[in-house]
Parts: sequence; structure tokens; C-alpha cells
Amino acid sequence: MTRVAATIAIFTSTTLPALANDWGMGAANRKIPQTSIFTTVSTPGDEVVTLALFVLAITGVIFVIVGGLLAYSVVRFRRQPGDDGREPPQVYGSNPVEFAWTTVPVLIVFVLILTTARTIYTVQAAPRPADAIGVHVVGHQWWWEFQYPDLGIVTANELHVPVSDPGHPTPTFLDLESADVAHSFWVPRLAGKTDLIPNKKNAMWIDPREPGTYLGQCAEYCGTEHALMLLRVIVHRRDEWERWVASQRQPASQDAAVARGRAVFESTACINCHTVRGTVATGQFGPDLTHLMSRETLGAGVALNTPEHLKIWVNNPSVMKPGALMPAMNLTDKDLDDLVAYMVTLR
Amino acid sequence: MAGMEQDIVLTSDAASLPLLGKVHEWVVTVDHKRLGLMYIGFGLVFFVVAGLQASTMRLQLAFPNAGIVSPQVFNRLLTMHGTAMVFLVGMPILTGFFNYLVPLMIGARDLAFPRLNAFGFWLWLFGSLLLYFSYVGAEGLYGAGSAPDVGWFAYAPLTERPFSRGNSTDYWVLSIFITSIGSIATAINLMTTAFCMRCDGMTVRKMPVLVWLAIVTSLMILVALPPLGAAQVMLLLDRFLGAHFFDTQAGGSALLWQHFFWIFGHPEVYILIIPGFAFASEIIPVFSRKVIFGYQVMVAASCAIGLISLGVWAHHMFTVGMTPAGNAFFATSTMLVGVPTGIKIFNWLGTLWGGKLRFKVPMLFCLGFLFQFLIAGLTGIHLAVAPFDWQLSDTYFVVAHFHYVLIGGLLFTVFAAIYYWFPKATGRMLGETLGKWHFWLFVIGFHVTFDTLHFAGLMGMPRRIYTYQPGRGLETLNLIASIGVIFQAAGVLCFVINVVRSLRSGELAGDDPWDAWTLEWSTSSPPPEYNFPTPPVVRSRRPLWDLKHPDDPDWLYE
Amino acid sequence: MSSAAPVASESAVEAPSRGRVAILGLILTESAFFSIFVAAYVFYIGKSLSGPLPQDVLEAPIFSSMCLLSSSLTIVFAVRALRAGRVQTFALWWLATLLLGIEFIIGTGMEWHRLIYQHGLTIRSNLFGTTYYSLVGLHATHVVVGLIALTLVLILSALGHLTPRHAERTEVLSWYWHFVDAVWVVVFLTVYVVGR
Repeated sequence: MTRVAATIAIFTSTTLPALANDWGMGAANRKIPQTSIFTTVSTPGDEVVTLALFVLAITGVIFVIVGGLLAYSVVRFRRQPGDDGREPPQVYGSNPVEFAWTTVPVLIVFVLILTTARTIYTVQAAPRPADAIGVHVVGHQWWWEFQYPDLGIVTANELHVPVSDPGHPTPTFLDLESADVAHSFWVPRLAGKTDLIPNKKNAMWIDPREPGTYLGQCAEYCGTEHALMLLRVIVHRRDEWERWVASQRQPASQDAAVARGRAVFESTACINCHTVRGTVATGQFGPDLTHLMSRETLGAGVALNTPEHLKIWVNNPSVMKPGALMPAMNLTDKDLDDLVAYMVTLR
Repeated sequence: MAGMEQDIVLTSDAASLPLLGKVHEWVVTVDHKRLGLMYIGFGLVFFVVAGLQASTMRLQLAFPNAGIVSPQVFNRLLTMHGTAMVFLVGMPILTGFFNYLVPLMIGARDLAFPRLNAFGFWLWLFGSLLLYFSYVGAEGLYGAGSAPDVGWFAYAPLTERPFSRGNSTDYWVLSIFITSIGSIATAINLMTTAFCMRCDGMTVRKMPVLVWLAIVTSLMILVALPPLGAAQVMLLLDRFLGAHFFDTQAGGSALLWQHFFWIFGHPEVYILIIPGFAFASEIIPVFSRKVIFGYQVMVAASCAIGLISLGVWAHHMFTVGMTPAGNAFFATSTMLVGVPTGIKIFNWLGTLWGGKLRFKVPMLFCLGFLFQFLIAGLTGIHLAVAPFDWQLSDTYFVVAHFHYVLIGGLLFTVFAAIYYWFPKATGRMLGETLGKWHFWLFVIGFHVTFDTLHFAGLMGMPRRIYTYQPGRGLETLNLIASIGVIFQAAGVLCFVINVVRSLRSGELAGDDPWDAWTLEWSTSSPPPEYNFPTPPVVRSRRPLWDLKHPDDPDWLYE
Repeated sequence: MSSAAPVASESAVEAPSRGRVAILGLILTESAFFSIFVAAYVFYIGKSLSGPLPQDVLEAPIFSSMCLLSSSLTIVFAVRALRAGRVQTFALWWLATLLLGIEFIIGTGMEWHRLIYQHGLTIRSNLFGTTYYSLVGLHATHVVVGLIALTLVLILSALGHLTPRHAERTEVLSWYWHFVDAVWVVVFLTVYVVGR
């Protein structure tokens, strides 16, 4: 019993404060415009908003009418104080009334079906233009892998795409697959969500017309850290996009000053899971780290990407993301410092 | 009715029996009334337990990164809360009410197969205890066991061996499989009773609406629960014998589980709400002092709902990447099922219209139901529109929608039914004042919580998350939603106090405290074990109305 | 108590028998259960990534199927005999039904033995193995349950407890047996005809 008590004490004193820490994400999130399914900047999302407002208007009218009748009848037909106790006229039904309030809903449903089908086809059957950006998304337990096959880039957790000018659209088409269980890609301001299901290839597209950062997260329960499988989509102006692509295509930077740290990385278990292009590290199980420091966050959006946070993460990811599949590396202080010094050069 | 002695106590010489004897009586009983009360009683116990689990979840979500429970514990809470509310609260309570009321309403002595009835109950109880036993039974965190943590819908391949180690998932599978067998047995029993044991003069067109809906619910149980059982057997074969039903590495399909589950899952939620419709259809007429408006249409609409609901399941799967045609089909069928549902709301409205409404506690809960079910139906239309669902699915908008249906709809009618039939079952009235406190506290809390959660979904908050980051604009909404829980808990507390107090010292009810019209009110409160001293003979849908109004009986009009 | 004079024609309406309604309910629910396994079987036709394929290893069990289907006939004769009061005849036809059912199970067992030991097909071999053994096995389980029930009735009859009064209950049991046979027709067509 004391063992249990001691464990609880250790748990609450270490993990709970850690859980209460937002690792700088609160401030970072506040700089980004509020997520909402109604403030969309991309055609799939826009189509949904148009249809949604139409449906909301119809159901709003129904609510006012029926709710109003309900409220009216509750007030109008309450038993009056001086009631004589006789039963009111018993009305068993009325075929004309039944006919009327069957026909009207059927007509409403008919209209809704037509508009719904139209939007379904507009979004799902959209043709793919020749200069669309292709991204292959692989969902993992609890991080996102983004491959750009045409550009030779592999990155993680933060999806970079070019802005799409409505006059000359350059949308991004995403192929969605999963390496383990079912996930769902959801960035509300850009599009509705589409699931990533193992052994099934799904597809979706976005064409954001405003540069900026858009937040999202996994929307299909996928295990312990489903809640912290976050998404950032960074939409670049054309020139920024070209620069980002060019820098991402470079192999990892090689700085002799951090050679010791690099040796730690390449001799510890890191290379079993992670890839750093241009080195011996070609692991597939974890995110590609070639340009780790070009990302805003760590751990799929759990913490702001700073050397201090990186040190905590590498030492024991479960402090920031309890249950994360990356094990605690348990390095000596010296090794840890050198390793982080090396990783910080992976811009 | 005049001159009939009434038994106030639950058994003829209960006062003389020692406690062990009383317990033994209840354990060996095959009396539908006792089994019905046990179903409801245990269901309410699990309601409190699962409600506390939800309250813990809302406490955790009241603040970003609250750290009150770990992600692992939270995921177990959400799985157990959902699973328990559906299988250990909803199903037994509706089974209990139908068990209690159907024989009484058709003038029968008991269900068709009393021993099968008892078997079904004890099987359900065993399965339900097995589910909670998982907390201690399986190997887990610090030796404390581990409850299932895969969500109530247990999607593959998260439930396959590689992703779900230990036995927690197996507890989910086995306990629900066992309770489902109990449900199926009871459904066969209820259906047979309603078809074969009606008293003289009660043709099917003269059955109370509740009995019709018991038949519809039973048929739906017979058709909809086996797909879940089949999928669960397949999952067990995968987990224990190395089969590949949902093993994507061997070419299996994760989607197959989803289809099978929702082929069960969607009719299941109608199985849960149709009894609510049944209660409302009995209570609203009595407190409006009018016959139900459009009996035939109500019955036909309920049958239509039962039938159409078998063909809408993939509206839970609009985001899995079905073809546009598939999405369009299920959007269409889902919107169509809304039509008979709306018709029922209009008919209840027609029943209120021109009546003389008495705002006793059962009626208050039914009025809350009407208003809330209207909203729930409309948000259901939003979700039926597939592209809108692409944004709303798996968010707190869906959570708000189905809690509107299940709490705002089902639970409100269950509370109404308890206040309405408690006098019949026990011979005592539930307190009116405390009942009103219960109603008002609960309805305020319900709206504070669930109205708010719609907006959390619109602002991008997905479901089944143990926390959310600050700066996402979700803090205020979640805090408000969590505050609503306090009022709901207070309301439930009033209810529990009301029940305990009234059992001991509630006002004596008599046979027919509400001046109602169906057969159960013609016998004593509580009824004798054999229900009716002489088998009733009826001539209309409201036999007691005919007796009370011999100059103007129902059978002159329909 | 009654509400006005009962109308004679209404109270004379004959309600259906409880046993029949209940067994129809059971058949309905079991049909739903089997349909899911059939659906899984059909869905996975041709999708196995490896291993023994149906066309290579399956041999249609014609003889066993004929035994099972004729047992439906013998059980009809048995019930008729009991109705007419010929208890001995009933027992003989009932025994014939039981033996035919047992033959079916033996036949299934032999087929499984051949598939496992000669062709290496098990439930974990591939999707075909998974769906085949689960569907055929589910049906065989229902046959075994039926055989147990049939045996119980046979024992009761041997002990002299069965009279024409029990004809309706045996008929209700025979409906379950007919259902099991009907399911076999569907399973046979799915596995040995469509699936190959």
C-alpha cells in the first residue's frame, strides 16, 4: 500500500506540474487567428460554409415555427385557475393536417438532398490540375509524416503549402494513409476532415488563398495521445514557398563544432527511428529530423521548438506527452547537452 | 375498482420476512414487475457511476492542460462512460419499463416466458458487473487493473492485439456480448407477449402506443444487436486465434468493423430513444387531458423510423472516404428518417393543442423533452448533410447533438416515466416540490453544458481528447460546460433524495392518481402478483376513459 | 372489470401461439447474425494475400449436405407422427433426423481435418481461412446445439414422457432445425459456388 502511495506521490509531483505546463504553446497559439469552421480560406471549406449557412437557415426557421408553437401551446392551453374540471374536446386526429405536415418536411428534405449532393460532388470529384502540389500524408500514433514525392522532401507535423491564387489556382492534393490505426486530418479553416485508414488510400485537397498558419489536429480517436496529435499548416507566399522548398531539399547541415553531439546521435538508438538526410541515420519509425529546427513546434505541436524544450523532450518525451512512443533516452548530462547542441544545428 | 382492498406493501406479508428472505424472493423471482424494477434500479445505479465518470472528465476539461487525470485514465473514463451509458443504463432502463408495463397494459398476467425473463436479467447483470470488474481484473497501472480504453465504438485496428495489449479490450467485448444476449432474449419475450397475450377485445389496433413501440423496439433489437455480436466474435477470433478479419497487414479491412459496428450502432440509438417516445406518448395525453392526436400515424411513423433507421448507418462514416454516391445515399436516407420523426413531434404538439395542460412533474419533463428533442432533431439534420458533417463529425458538435437526444430526449422521458409510474409500482407518490427542484436544476444544468458544447465543436474541438491547449479559444466554452455539471448533479441528488424519502413516507397513491386511461391504472398500486383479479375486456384504446365517460366512450369515434 | 359488453367476434380472435412467435423471433435474430458472417465472407472473396485458395482446396460436401437437408424431411415426418399419436414412429423418424445431423457434423470434421493437415489451411492462414472456418464453424455450432436439443427430446421420448400434447413444442423445435438447414443452403452457395 505504501508502494502505491509513494508512486502516486511521485506521479503527482512530477507529471502533474508537467501536464499543467503549456510549453509556450499558449502564447504561440494566441498569435494565430481563432479556428472556426466558418472562417474558411480554402474552397472545400468555403463550399461547406455555403451549404451550412443554407441548412442552418432552414433549420432555424423550423425551430422558430415549431418551437414557437410549442411555447404558445404551453402558455395558451394551461389549465386555468377557475377550470370546471370537464375534459376538453377529444380530437383523435386529422388527415388533412397529417398530410400537410408530412408533405412540407418531404419537400424540405428534397431540397436539402439536392444541395447536399451538389456540394458532395463539387468537393469530392474536383479535378486535379497539372501544377497541383502533391503531398503524401502518413498518420502515425501520434505524429504526422508529410512526404512531397515530386520535390524529394520529407517532413513532419507541420504542413507547408503554397498560397493558391484564385485566378490561377495551385491547390495542394493530399493522399492520406496510415501506418497503424485510424486517424483523421482536420484543419477546420481549410477543409472538412478526411480519415487516414490503414490499408486504404484516401484523398483530399486544399487551396488556401491567404498566407498564414492554420491549426488543426487528429480527429479520430487513435490511442493515448490522440489529443496531442496536432497539426499546423503553414501557407506561404510564392517566393517564401520556393525558399522553403529549396532549403528543405538540402541534406542536413554539417557543423564540425557539434561533431561530438552528432556522434552521440549516430551511436545511440536515435538512428533506429529517425532519418537525418546525408548521414547514417535512416530510421523510418519516427519523424524525419533533417530540418528539425525549421519547425515551430516539437512533438506534433506539444511544445514550442526551443533548445530547452528539445532537451526535455529528448531526455523523456513522456514529461511533455505522457505515453508517447519515443522512449526516454536517459543520456548523461554531458551527452544530452552535446546531442541537443547538434540537433539545434539541423535547421 | 370500488371495494377492492389495496396492498400498500410490495409483498403480501413482507413485514414478517427477515431480510435474507426478502432478498431471496427478489433473487428467485420471475415476476415481470420485480424484474422490471431490478432492471431500472440497477440501471439507475450505473447511471450515477457513469455520471460521476463524466463529471470527472468535465472537471479535467474545464481548464486546458488541467492534469487532473492522466491521458490513460481519461481514455478509460470516456470508454467506460459511453459503454456504460448505452448498455448498462439505457438498455436496462428501457427493458425494465417495457418489462413492467407491457403485461399490465395488455391485461396479461406476466410476460410470455417468465423464466427466460429472469435469465435475461441475470445475464445482463453479470455482463454489466464484468465490464466494471475490468478495473481490477486485468493487469495494469500499478496493479490496479485496467478498464477498456478504446472508445465505446472500439474501432479496429486500435482494438487488435498489436495496439491493444493486455485484456482490457477483451473485457469490453465479452461483457457487452453477454449483456446483448440478455437484451435479445428479452426482446423475443416482449414481442411474443405483445403479439400473443392481449386480453379480450384488444386487437393490435387497440394496443396502447407504448405496446406498439415495445414491439418495434424489440424487432429492432432482434435485427440490430446481432451485427455487433458478430463483429465482436470476429474481433475475438482476431485477438485470440490469429484470424484476420480486421488485420490490415493481411489484407483485412478496418472499415469492415466500422460498417458492422454502425449497422448495429445506428439502430441502437433508435432502440434507445423509441421507448422515450413511448413514455411521452402515454404521459402527454394524460396531462393534456386529451387523446393522443393521430394514433395510426404515430404507430405508422414509429414503424417507418424503425425500418428506415436500418439503412442510415454510414452517416457515421462520412469522413472515411466513401464514394460521392455512397455519401449521397446515406445523406438521403438519414434526412428521410427525419420526416417520420418530425411527424411525431407534430402529433405530440397536436395532442397539447386545445388541451387543459397540467404541469405536474411528469409533464414538465415531457415538455422539456419536446423542446430538446426538436433541437436534437435539427442538429441531426445538420449532421445528415454530409459536407457539413465533414467539419462537424468527431467534434463536440456531435457530442452535444447526441447528448441532446439521449439526455434531453431519453433521460427526460425516463424521469417523466419514473415520476408517472412510481405510484403504480410502489403505491406512493414521489414528492411534487422536490420533483420540481429536480426538474429545474437539471434542465438549467443540461442547457448550460450542452448548448455550449455545440459551439466548442464549431470552434474546432474534436472528441475524445483528454485536454486541449490554451490559446485555441476553447477555455471559456469548456469552463462554462463544466459548470453546468454542478446543476445537473444537484438535480440528480434531489431525485435520489425524493425516491428514498417517498419510498418510506410518500403520499399514498391509490389505483389511479393521475386520472389516466390505460389498463395498468385499473388495478391496485402496487398491482398484485397476478396483475388483474379478473382478465380485463376492452373495447377501445382507452378502456378507463370508456368507464369514466360511459356517455361518450372512445369506441364511438375510433 | 370490463368496459361495456364485449363484442363476441373480437374476443374470438385467435392469438398466435407463443412458441411459434418466439422461434420466429429467434430465427430472425440468428439470420441477422449469420448475414454478417456471410457479408464478411463475400467481401473478402479474392482478397487473400497468400496461402491456400478456395479453388485449390475446396471440395463440395455433397453427401453431407444431402444428409442435412433430408433431415429436414425426416423431422417433418416425426412431428406429423407425434401429432397423429404414433409415438413409436415419431421416435424412429426423430432418431433418423439425429443420425443424419450427426453425419453432417462428422463430414464437416473430416473436411476440416483434410484442409488442415493436407492443405495447411487454418483460421490464421489468410482471409479465406479466416472467413471459411468462422462461417462454416458458426453453422456447425448451431447444428450441434440443435443436435443436443434433439437428443434431449429423444431421451424424453425413450423414457415415455412424450405424448401428442407435446407435438406443438416439437414442431417449434423442428422450425429451428429447418432454419439451420436453410442457413446451410446459403452457406453452401456462398462458399462452394459463389466463392470459388
